[in-house]
Amino acid sequence: MAAPMAAASGGSVTRRLLRGVSRSLSSGGAPAEEPEAAVVNVVFVDREGRQVPVRGRVGDNVLHLAQRHGLELEGACEASLACSTCHVYISEPHLARLPAPDEREEDLLDQAPLLQENSRLGCQLRLSPALEGARIALPRLTRNFYVDGHVPKPH
Amino acid sequence: PRVCVVGSGPAGFYTAQHILKHHGGALVDIYEKLPVPFGLVRFGVAPDHPEVKNVTNTFTQTARSGRCGFYGNVTVGRDVTVPELQQAYHAVVLSYGAEDNRVLGIPGENLPGVYSARAFVGWYNGLPENQDLKPDLSCETALILGHGNVALDIARILLSPLQLLRKTDITDSSLAALACSKVKRVWLVGRRGPLQVAFTIKELREMINLPGARAVLDPADFKGLESAVKDASRPRKRLTELMIKTALEKPVEMQAAAAGAAAPREWGLKFQRSPQEVLPSADGRRARGVRMALTRLEGSGDSAKAIPTGDVEELECGLVLSSIGYRSLPLDPAVPFDSQRGVIPNSSGRVEGVPGLYCSGWVKRGPTGVIITTMNDSFDTAQSLLEDLQGGVLDISPSREGFGLVESILHSRGVRPVSFSDWEKIDAAEVARGKAAGKPREKIVDPAEMLRIIGH
Repeated sequence: MAAPMAAASGGSVTRRLLRGVSRSLSSGGAPAEEPEAAVVNVVFVDREGRQVPVRGRVGDNVLHLAQRHGLELEGACEASLACSTCHVYISEPHLARLPAPDEREEDLLDQAPLLQENSRLGCQLRLSPALEGARIALPRLTRNFYVDGHVPKPH
Repeated sequence: PRVCVVGSGPAGFYTAQHILKHHGGALVDIYEKLPVPFGLVRFGVAPDHPEVKNVTNTFTQTARSGRCGFYGNVTVGRDVTVPELQQAYHAVVLSYGAEDNRVLGIPGENLPGVYSARAFVGWYNGLPENQDLKPDLSCETALILGHGNVALDIARILLSPLQLLRKTDITDSSLAALACSKVKRVWLVGRRGPLQVAFTIKELREMINLPGARAVLDPADFKGLESAVKDASRPRKRLTELMIKTALEKPVEMQAAAAGAAAPREWGLKFQRSPQEVLPSADGRRARGVRMALTRLEGSGDSAKAIPTGDVEELECGLVLSSIGYRSLPLDPAVPFDSQRGVIPNSSGRVEGVPGLYCSGWVKRGPTGVIITTMNDSFDTAQSLLEDLQGGVLDISPSREGFGLVESILHSRGVRPVSFSDWEKIDAAEVARGKAAGKPREKIVDPAEMLRIIGH
């Protein structure tokens, strides 16, 4: 196939389906009912600063969860670690509980405007009980963004 | 309200998307001069970066939505003028990007063997106007002038193992040319120092890890920089640290498999060298090297300037690629254009002095940045337009006919636009042709053939 692709992590639904299939194959009978994953409550903060409480489930991909709830979070490369459009901020106590970003995510975060200590790429994060009550904020792009933000200058 | 967007690259599509999403009654028509959409996503992003091209899926959704029209094969400024578009629409957004490149302005620049990076990238990406480039790849050493991501892309395409390129959407003819390429050494040369490089860490890391090629960085170039970047921004710090680490590392043992093959290819970075002249071969028929002025830096950080010291150096090479920046061109006399900066004068995307005219993307800000930068910028312009709609600054009381009016203008000029579903037929043909060769698509590079496929 095409040149080596970064491992896509947007496959939570696929993974659940595959687990269901393998379980039914091993039990040799009708497909087993998978118990629903536990609820995780988070609060998204949209680009205008409005809070959007969301009831997610363990395993939910943060980018897709935000999109399902109408938040303006883009995923241009479709969770394949090739852009930084899903850049979000995670509230501090929750940030520390997340698995650390790998080098590829760190490299892409370098490209995200308004980078902060608590920046992460939404497509690389999954809900877990450790994220209960987390605030996930979208960067606020001010209208004078190109004065504040980093813009490479020609020399 | 009827809105017209000129250009179907990321700027055009993201601007359209944002307007459609935030105004339930807006109708947006996107015009494109080629028969195919997506601009630099199709013609600029490297063939071995297919994930970056996933963004076309969201653009496709936008194009297919009921309130969006796509009209390809229409050259605004020639087939229809901007004033004519302003008659047909309540607002016009110019998102036509940068189709030209900056020139070196040095003797020998036009010798055979010297190409602009823009043309070279267009060549391997199937841009129709660059298909006749026929770059001469018969020399061992290539010089790329410039330290941006485009320079790295070209270095990577020149040195990538063929079996990797073969599975991408690189054009068949450029693949054939690369298969015969003798190029085994690529220098990326910049006027300033390591702290001013414009490429980004993901792309640098990719180059460092390129199979079959080794990095040649001179540790002397990085002396004292470790402490210099201690307090720099995170991206600058990490990037510099990676260069330092690579410069100090002993060359990694090549894998046994690759070791059997010819001597490894190599690439390196040269700093503080400013090209003065492309030197001709003895018969004067082609480039044989570049004479460069050694520079020193005045100032620091992004605004450091390169000042010639008086010393010069000659670098032997048969292929010179000038990767010093893209450049926008003026579209229509009715549109103000700042030729110094190469942008349309604007304030948050509102074109200065022309109500109802907006701009987004590279033609608004200058030709730098990746998809996220253009995305944010497009949303910024769309916000200005939406504000003007809401605040009554944009008068939508006069009825405008949109494409209804443009269609008759185009018809009278013998221009037949290509619809989005027409493009989808071309798309399907490319994918089908690619399948046979194990590629995501085989790009059609002749506009006449594209039009034949859709029965025009």
